Amino acid sequence: MSHNTLLVFEVTILVLAIFLGVEVISKVPTLLHTPLMSGTNAIHGVVIVGAMIVLGQPDKSAFTWIVGFSAVVLASANVVGGFVVTDRMLEMFKSRERPKKPDDA
Amino acid sequence: MSYNLSNLLYLVTIVSFILALRFLSNPAQARRGNQIGAAGMVLAIVVTWVKIGSTSWWAIAIAMLIGGGFGAVAARKVQMTAMPQMVALFNGVGGGAAALIALAELHKILPEQGAPKADISLGIVLSALIGSISFAGSMIAFAKLQELIGGRPITYAGQQFVNGALFVGGLGCAIALVAGVQDEWLLWITIAASLAFGVLFVLPIGGADMPVVISLLNAFTGIAVALGGFELQNNLLIVAGMLVGASGTLLTLMMARAMNRSVANVLFSGFGQVSEAAAAVAAGDGGAVRSATAEDVAVMLAYAHKVVFVPGYGLAVAQAQHDVRQLADLLESKGVEVSYAIHPVAGRMPGHMNVLLAEANVPYPQLKEMDEANPEFSRTDVAVVVGANDVVNPDARNNQGSPIYGMPILNVDDAQTVVVLKRSMNPGFAGIENPLFYNPKTVMLFGDAKASIDQLIADVKPL
Repeated sequence: MSHNTLLVFEVTILVLAIFLGVEVISKVPTLLHTPLMSGTNAIHGVVIVGAMIVLGQPDKSAFTWIVGFSAVVLASANVVGGFVVTDRMLEMFKSRERPKKPDDA
Repeated sequence: MSYNLSNLLYLVTIVSFILALRFLSNPAQARRGNQIGAAGMVLAIVVTWVKIGSTSWWAIAIAMLIGGGFGAVAARKVQMTAMPQMVALFNGVGGGAAALIALAELHKILPEQGAPKADISLGIVLSALIGSISFAGSMIAFAKLQELIGGRPITYAGQQFVNGALFVGGLGCAIALVAGVQDEWLLWITIAASLAFGVLFVLPIGGADMPVVISLLNAFTGIAVALGGFELQNNLLIVAGMLVGASGTLLTLMMARAMNRSVANVLFSGFGQVSEAAAAVAAGDGGAVRSATAEDVAVMLAYAHKVVFVPGYGLAVAQAQHDVRQLADLLESKGVEVSYAIHPVAGRMPGHMNVLLAEANVPYPQLKEMDEANPEFSRTDVAVVVGANDVVNPDARNNQGSPIYGMPILNVDDAQTVVVLKRSMNPGFAGIENPLFYNPKTVMLFGDAKASIDQLIADVKPL
């Protein structure tokens, strides 16, 4: 595939993703806006894939080493923190009572 | 692993992310959706791991343990009331990672003979620019929410000029890089200017406008990640990043609309600025404030038919959500109909109050959105305002001179009686006077929200 063909293909995907994002998100009730933010926050943690590719390339300079390593550290914090926080939030949304009484914060 | 196979597996991850967002439309399925998304993320990491092969695998593993360990501990330990700053923090590190990837990529291609392909270059510089803004901005948002620095708007003369100059300077260097002036220091200037811009652009924004800022920064990180996908020619990053970018943008617009202000107005107006003039106007016709004791209020509540709680950021600060829930339970056991009216921008992030009350096990059908809640106030006996201020300020309806004029509010003054729980008569976060407090229907119950609610519980019990 020539370089420009690939670029056009990528732009196509990008634009479709915008519409898909708007479509999916507009169905989320305001009740769940915080988990939505937190959930999308976890999803952009997918940047870890890019960070791994950078750190995983052969014959890299010391500079790339340090930058790539830092990127993987930051991205992993994003992924794990994002999904865990979202899970904690969503766990709390209940339509009925839980049997166990919450202890006071 | 072949290019095609890994891309197909990335497609599975993309589908899992879409399902994760799709499932969020229903509170009962939402948690399952998040788990599907997490599984998709694990798949993407494994695929990438196999693709890379053995190169530096141990370094990747160590970096993941450090970052993941920090993320897991921080996310588990944090109090539910500190959620907004956690979201800001994890958003910022994502943006930082995107900026670092851009830096490494540019460093890799620059020494080569001839100019790099323009689209790669554009992806790199914009990813560095937006990622850095998101990183620095999120860290300031985190510091503000964590109260490491003051939450009030910080403004100074020439602020817009300095911000504008930084942004244009950063963007100028970025464009010069793309145009063919291929010096690495141009990217350093871009990053430095973007970091400074990120700091300076969030600093002047008041705490009450945080829901808009946080969702905007979320969108920024998503876009930076999508641009990173162009650098690395990776569909997964493009689609997932842009999904987040689109959703963050939409959420930003929704929050701004809920305040009836444009996004630009929220970001650049320095909301606190107008407060002195408005306060002077309001102070002029300020009538008497009626203050009540907890016993008085307890009697009102216990003999009401319908009570509506209106929570605001003060509820989060006082951590009074469990106490409010206990009071509500007590009232319900006495046959009082209880619900909660939630303003879309109450708190510090979109939907903040819903999460807070969910933590206290308030069943979500009791949480009413503004459109649903407002018609109910006229048949409400007592509206209890806990730590909310601007979102119940009638000036937004009546006073054209008020900085919040035009913002849709919860019409608590339609209720028979309004009880306002408030620490003191200081104006709220935005520094705007609230005529609701001087309304003859209103009684004030001064003190810490948690202490006041506990006192109410004690006083309602024997009735």
